[in-house]
This record gives sequence, structure tokens and C-alpha cells, in this order.
Amino acid sequence: MEKNNKFTEFVANAVPYGTLSQGAQFPELTVPAGKIHEAAEALKNYEEQPFDYLVSLTAVDHLEKITMVYHLESTLTHTLIVLKADLEERDNAKIDTVSDLWITAEFHEREVFDLFGIHFNNHPDMRRLFLEDDYGFPLRKDFKDDVNIIEYSN
Amino acid sequence: MSEETIKKIILKEDEDYIINMGPQHPSTHGVLRLEVCLNGERVKYMIPHIGYIHRGMEKMAEFNTYKQVIHLTDRMDYLSAHINNEAVCLAVENALEVEVPERVKYIRAILDELSRIASHNLWWSAFGMDLGALTTFFYGMRDREKVLAIFEESFGSRLLHSFNTPGGLMHDVHPNFRKHTMEFVKYFRKKLPDYKNLLTDNVIFHNRTKGIGVMDKETAINYGVTGPSGRGSGFSCDIRKVAPYGIYEKVVFREILYREGDSFARYKVRMDEMEESLNILEQLVSDMPEEGGFTAKMKPVIKLPEGEYFQRVEAARGEFAVFIVSKGEKYPYRIKFRSPNFSNLFVLSKLAVGGIIADLVATCGSLDLVIPDIDR
Amino acid sequence: MLLLDIYSFSTLTSSIDESLNNVMVPWLATLTEFVLVGIVFLLFYALLGLFLVYLERKVCAVIQNRIGPNRVGKWGMFQTIADLIKLLMKELITIKNADKFLFNLAPFIVIIASFMAIAALPFAKGLQAIDLNIGIFYIIAVSSLGVVGILIAGWSSNSKYSLIGAMRSGAQIISYELSVGLSVLAIVIFSGSMQISTIVESQADGWWIFKGHLPALFAFVLYLITATAEINRGPFDLAEAESELTAGFHTEYSGIKFAFFFLAEYMNMFIVAAIATTLFLGGWMPFHIGGWEGFNQIMDYIPSIIWFFGKTFVVIYIIMWFKWTFPRLRIDQLLNLEWKYLLPLNLINTVIISFVVLLGLYFK
Repeated sequence: MEKNNKFTEFVANAVPYGTLSQGAQFPELTVPAGKIHEAAEALKNYEEQPFDYLVSLTAVDHLEKITMVYHLESTLTHTLIVLKADLEERDNAKIDTVSDLWITAEFHEREVFDLFGIHFNNHPDMRRLFLEDDYGFPLRKDFKDDVNIIEYSN
Repeated sequence: MSEETIKKIILKEDEDYIINMGPQHPSTHGVLRLEVCLNGERVKYMIPHIGYIHRGMEKMAEFNTYKQVIHLTDRMDYLSAHINNEAVCLAVENALEVEVPERVKYIRAILDELSRIASHNLWWSAFGMDLGALTTFFYGMRDREKVLAIFEESFGSRLLHSFNTPGGLMHDVHPNFRKHTMEFVKYFRKKLPDYKNLLTDNVIFHNRTKGIGVMDKETAINYGVTGPSGRGSGFSCDIRKVAPYGIYEKVVFREILYREGDSFARYKVRMDEMEESLNILEQLVSDMPEEGGFTAKMKPVIKLPEGEYFQRVEAARGEFAVFIVSKGEKYPYRIKFRSPNFSNLFVLSKLAVGGIIADLVATCGSLDLVIPDIDR
Repeated sequence: MLLLDIYSFSTLTSSIDESLNNVMVPWLATLTEFVLVGIVFLLFYALLGLFLVYLERKVCAVIQNRIGPNRVGKWGMFQTIADLIKLLMKELITIKNADKFLFNLAPFIVIIASFMAIAALPFAKGLQAIDLNIGIFYIIAVSSLGVVGILIAGWSSNSKYSLIGAMRSGAQIISYELSVGLSVLAIVIFSGSMQISTIVESQADGWWIFKGHLPALFAFVLYLITATAEINRGPFDLAEAESELTAGFHTEYSGIKFAFFFLAEYMNMFIVAAIATTLFLGGWMPFHIGGWEGFNQIMDYIPSIIWFFGKTFVVIYIIMWFKWTFPRLRIDQLLNLEWKYLLPLNLINTVIISFVVLLGLYFK
């Protein structure tokens, strides 16, 4: 519990623009999209438990917004937190890269770019990973595949 | 990789000697293409190209029920299919707060460890082949066959058994399951010294792997290299220890860690892990309750309450995680598979630089990549 | 010694020679003999090649806990013949932009090089096509011509894998040629002759590997290692390293041209083993132990041709054994092994042998 308090304190100091909440499994920290790099850097350099291992980086399309979800683990204490950022814009979705902090993000971001069409600023190699350049962004909810038309009905 | 190199690669500015290893190459173990730029035989840079068998599983999963999604996870890392299944099952069970019977937990863990042995065994066979020791393949396959026979007896299929289901197992295991597993443990303990004699103690093998593809701990963490490959660099990332699931809290076992970070360390981690799995199996099989059913009571249609669920398991090649976003429907709204090989692959382009082609093959083999897991 | 003459082939060959000379003018008789020898060697070459492929598959099956070929004929005996028919019927693919002349020439150079080397091998008493006074020198010179074929194959294929394979092969064979030559030289010093018949005769009362003390044994071990490298076989099969270069210099060959490379590889293995037999293991001479007259006489009853092939196949088995148990070396390790270890050891060994011979320290 003490650790949790410390962490709350740290977040309040280092990431004042973020909102910390306790999710079902892990603490969740939501920050504005423009501040993501700053928040990520603060978390990575947190002395008590540096979150130096990026477990997973992905995006979720909620139609009204696209949420970036980062799962971070500290290899020291093995605590996991979820970092989130909401992107309001759909057509010109942009967010700062975190690939300079965790190199593995470089490839996860390329995957997200490929499947969601989110552009990562300052990314060293912003090319599509799996698909051709003129393919749509298949993991968006409004994606329509003109070639393989399979209508799903939920 | 610096921006300059990337520009060079895309624009083909200078006349580099580039060879394409793959998509059909004996040492890439699947449809992976490595664009290797050579200076003589030395690698200047290496770019992996993936996506040849991308099946859009995450999109497919959005139109499948949770029980159907399990069958998709089989097809990712087909060598640790059972462990992948378990991740989805655990996520769903946690979300619904279902308590599965104790016996199911035991059986799942036994199957996990058997899968791990089978997977490492296949890797050992193929790794020997990569280095030109062709006989390892048949020794490894011979012993892997015994594991597959156990699987076949209980589930009717050998590789992709989809035996897990949310709440428990599809059906009960074969009455001989416990006996045959015990027999296998005894059998395999006798065979492991053969492996040591054939490959581990070979001088040429030492020369080919020691000091090759050295990855330090920081690199491993930074690239997110997990599993035996990460543990070969001293990165303690065994999910069975870090975030225990199922029965693993009760099992006494050791997390194998080596600090050298070269191909040989990664090799040793896997060899030791096979032995450790045998220890775990011994404990589990003797403690496994005979009675207790094979599944918890589940509704026929599974609907997850609204929310986000994240479940990590230790697959044979590293951390496999599943991230489910549910909107309260019977289909997942969004599902993300964090596959270990995806992260493990990209460190290869760092490790390969400066070595020669033969080192690239050795490093690639020691990372133990399964391509469908990368492409998903 | 008299007993040996029962099995001598010289009576057979000289009777053929006489009967030919009786019915033809001398030059025609000689020509006919040439053609006959050529046909016999072609047949021998093809059949032995097929047998070696079969043998390798069976040996590797035993090492790998398998049965090996067992469908075509009894114990799969005709498997390689079926394979040969398949290879003969396959399409000959030539790649675009390949140098067609050299591309087609290369397999022939490789196969001719190994074919020429058989000519000087003594298969049994009186069964040797040509007994040159520099016989062993001739064999070494001719068999290393094969690397020219390999280099041409790699260069003309217009394939990057082939080129790397050929370059590796060139570096490897040129390096190992030195050590092979030096370890052969050991026996030349012992026997004082390069003529193969003389070398074999000198081992009538004991093989060089036993007579020559430790230096000869040492030279034999060095010869086995370097010769395995010389013929591009595992663990030195870098030129066609499957997991690195798909198939190395013969990646782009198909059908019978591929079969030529394949056959030449196996025949080179035979030649290397036959040289080892001739130089170190007494050639076609039977196994004798000094003083054991009864034992020696029993050994003499075994025909010389059986002795020769028996010893050769033992060496071949050892070479196969290497391949199926060891991992492959890396190119720099391979060259290090030669230039830093084997060559100096060989040089020292040669000096030691010279002293041993000068001081008469070996068994006479």
C-alpha cells in the first residue's frame, strides 16, 4: 500500500496532467495525446521502479476516439501499469513516438501505423510493416475491404 | 538503425551486395525474409521483412466468440499452442470471475510443460540442423514424438489441439494420461545425456555459438526480448515467476538465468529449461487429483462484462499476452495478441551486424523464431 | 608371397593384351585397349558412385536411428538407380543472364578431374591402369583441378549464393591442398618414391601407419582431416552449406548436371579414401604380423582386391561418420584451423619424419 502511495505521489509530481485510476487489474494512467512522450519518459526514469520494459503497445478504435494503450513493466519490481492516451482526430491521427525510450516500440508502432493508420512523429522508420502502401487500415472499425467482401453480422 | 542507413536502403544509393535470405530459405524456418547486406561475408546491415503470412487474426477475432478465438491462438505459435490457448482462457475466466477446478489447473500446467518440452525439443533439432549437425534433427524428433503421442491419446490431435476452453477443458483426459506422462519423464531423463554428448559438448558447436550474437541485459529489456532468449542475457522475465498463473504458485522450480547473452547462453537456457520442466512435471503428476471434474460451470454463451482485460503467460518462446477490450457483447471488441516472437525478431538486426552469414544463421536459430507468431 | 600371385590380375590383363596383339596391328591393339579401359572405368565410376550414394544413405540412417531407403528393391538397393533415372529425366534449367558456355562446362570439369584421378589408383595386384613414376603427385595435381570447375560453376550461375559458395570453396581447397600435400609427402619420404606401385610394395611386411611410428599415425590423422576438407564434405561442407547458402555453388543446377556434381563429390570421397588406403594402410597388401606365419598365410588367402576395397570402405565410413555427427565450421574458423594449426603441425611432422628416416628409427 505504501508503494502505491509513493507511486501516486510520484505521478502527481512528475505527470501532473495525467489522471491515475485503479483499473480492474492494473493502475491506469491517462494522459493527453500531446504529452505522451513526456509522461513515458518520466515513467521510464522513475527511480523507485523504472518502467523499462514495454510489454505491449497497441491502439483501440472506439469510433469516437482512438486510444493508444501502453503496457509497461518495471523489471525491478515486476509491477505493471497501463498508460493511455486518447486521440480525438481520426483522419489525421498523430502522436509522438516512444521508440527512442524503448526500441521495441519502433516495431510495435510500425504495426499500429500499418493497421490503424496512426502516424508517429519523430519515428525513424515510418513504413508499413505487413501490408501494401495503398491498403486501408484494417483494424479500424469503419474499414471496408473491397476485395474480400465478407459481411459479418454480430 | 539510423536514418541514413534507412535512406540508403530505400533509395539503394550505393551498390551493396545484398542477398535475400528467404522467404524460402532453409534457415529462416518459415516465410521470413532477411535482406542481408554483405561486405565479403560480413554483414553490414540486416533488415527483416515480415507479413508473408499475415492473416489478420486480430481482425478475425473481432467477429468470433471467445471460444472461437481460442482456435485462432493455436495458429500463432503452433509449437506452444496449448499455452497460447491458456492465455485467452485465463483472461476470460478472470473477467467472469470463474473459479476453475483444481484438477484443471494441474492438467493445464502439465500440458504447458509438455508443450514446452516438445517445443524446445523441436528447436534443438532445428538448431543443430542450422549449424550443420544433421543428426540432431532425428534425435529431437524421436523424443518429441513421445510427447505428441500423449497429446494424441488425450485430445485426438497432435499439434493444434485447442484443448482449453473458458472454464476448463474440452473433455476429460485419457485414463492413461498420468501413467504415460510419468513414463515420458523417466524416458526423457535418460535421453537428455545423449543431447549433451551429441551437441552440447562438441568443440565445433562451442566455437560456433560462444560469443556469437551477444546481447546484453539492457538490449534485451529495451527490445522486449523475453523467454529463454531474454533469460540468456540475464533478463528475469519468466511469467511463471513474475506473475504466476494457474498452479504455478504451488510448484517449486527454478528460473533459469544465464548472464553471457550469447547464442550458447540461450542454448543452455533452453536445455536447462527442459530439465526443469521435467522436475515440474514430476511434482504436478504426483500431486494431480484424480477427482474434481474437468470444467467449471459455464454459460453456453460467454459475454464478458465491459472493460479491459490483460493476461500474460509464459509461452515456450517468451511472454505471450492477450489484451481484450470488451463492450459486453459475446464478441471481443478489440483483441491484441502480444506475441513473443514479434519482439524477439527485431533484435536480430542489431545482433547480426558485424558477424558473418554463418553467425547470422546461428543467432537466428538461437532466438528460436516461429514466423506465424510474428505475422499473426 | 607366392600365394599372393594366385589373385594377381596381371595374368588376366597380359592375356587380353596378347590376344589383342595377335589379331591386330600394335597401334590398333593399343587403341582398343584404351577404349576398353575407358569403358571399364566409366562403368566402374557410375556403379561405384551409385553404390556410394546408397551407402551414405544407409550409414546416415543407422547413425540417425532410421531405416533408410527400403522401398525400391530388396533393402532399397535400387533406390539410387531410381534417383538417377529421375535426375536424367529432369529439365535442365539455365538461368537468364547466366554465362551459358561456362555454366554447361563446369560440371564436366568437376567430373573429369575426379575421373582422371582414378586412372592411377592401384585396385589390386596388377590392376592399375597407369603406373606413373610420379603417380601420387599426378593424383594430387589432377584431383585439385576440380576446384576450377566449382569456381566456374559459382561464377557463371549469376547467383549470389553460388558465388559465395564458390569463393568459399576456392579459399578452402587452395588452403587445404597444402596440408594434403604435406601429409602425403610423409609417406613419400618413408618409401622414397612417388611411384604408387613402389609405395605399395614397400608395405608388404607392414603398413606405413604401423611401421612409421607415431609420425606416420599423426600424418594419417592430419590427412583424414585435410582430405575431408579437400572434398567439401561435412563438417567442412561450407561451399554448399545448406542452412546458409541453400546449396552453394550448385544452387542453380538441375537434372543431370546436378547429378554430375553429386557423383563427383562421392567419387572424390572414394579417391581420397583410396589414397589413404594406398599410402597409409598398405594398399592391396594383406594385414601381416611379423612372426605369426600361420596368421599371415591365412591373410594371404584373401584376394588383394577385397583388401583394397575393404580398407577403402572403412576410411569412407569414417569420413561419413564425421559428416553425420559434427556441426559445420565457420569459414574463418576453417581457415584458422588450416593456417594456424594443421599447416605448422604438418611442417613439423615432415621435419620429424625426415629425421626418423635419416636415422632409420622406423621398423624396416
